[in-house]
Amino acid sequence: MQLETSYLGTVEYKQEDIIVFQGGLPGFPEETEFILLPFNEQPPFFILQSVRTKEIGFVCINPFLFWPDYEVELADSVVRQLRAESEQDVAIFVLLTIQQPFSETTANLRAPIAIHAKKRFAKQLMLDGERYSLKAPIHMAAKGGR
Amino acid sequence: MLVLSRKANEAIRIMDDIEIKVLAVEGDQVKLGISAPKSVDVHRGEVYEAIQEENKHAAKPVSAEILQAFINHANKAST
Repeated sequence: MQLETSYLGTVEYKQEDIIVFQGGLPGFPEETEFILLPFNEQPPFFILQSVRTKEIGFVCINPFLFWPDYEVELADSVVRQLRAESEQDVAIFVLLTIQQPFSETTANLRAPIAIHAKKRFAKQLMLDGERYSLKAPIHMAAKGGR
Repeated sequence: MLVLSRKANEAIRIMDDIEIKVLAVEGDQVKLGISAPKSVDVHRGEVYEAIQEENKHAAKPVSAEILQAFINHANKAST
């Protein structure tokens, strides 16, 4: 199948590539199906592209490469909602808000995306407490800030 | 919107398996106890709204060129 994307033109995908967010994401309740695409083969940058809406493509990254001490505690309820058997089945990404100048770009560490790597169920989490910011400056990450 | 008045120790039931109980009223704060199945997400309203808002910012499309320029910038900054 072919999908028109916000950043990568038209891409090929298979049914089993689809990642399902039951109930969508906060603010996007109707966007329940996404495809995770590497951006120009440049990991750790990925595009979480909506299947339904071409214009909706979130830029996301593997947070642990930027914030090595980042921690996401997965509640049992989340593991169950993702149909995962253990935490090891779950991959974590965070959404970026790209700003110009680029030094103002932020990552949403408070609400990471958890994806069951094999079964393709996903959910945006909301971490408790004030430890992580919705707008963590990414240029600070290299210096160990959050 | 349905509006119900409740006193301390009174509850509201939603469907068969969700109960919201007023535990205490202290000045301008109300302490609520919420019992719900684990599959039901419960969040403070303002936190949920802030995440909605941030998702909308995150979805604001920049061009592929700008994204590539950003990645070049980020890679340079991290080495």
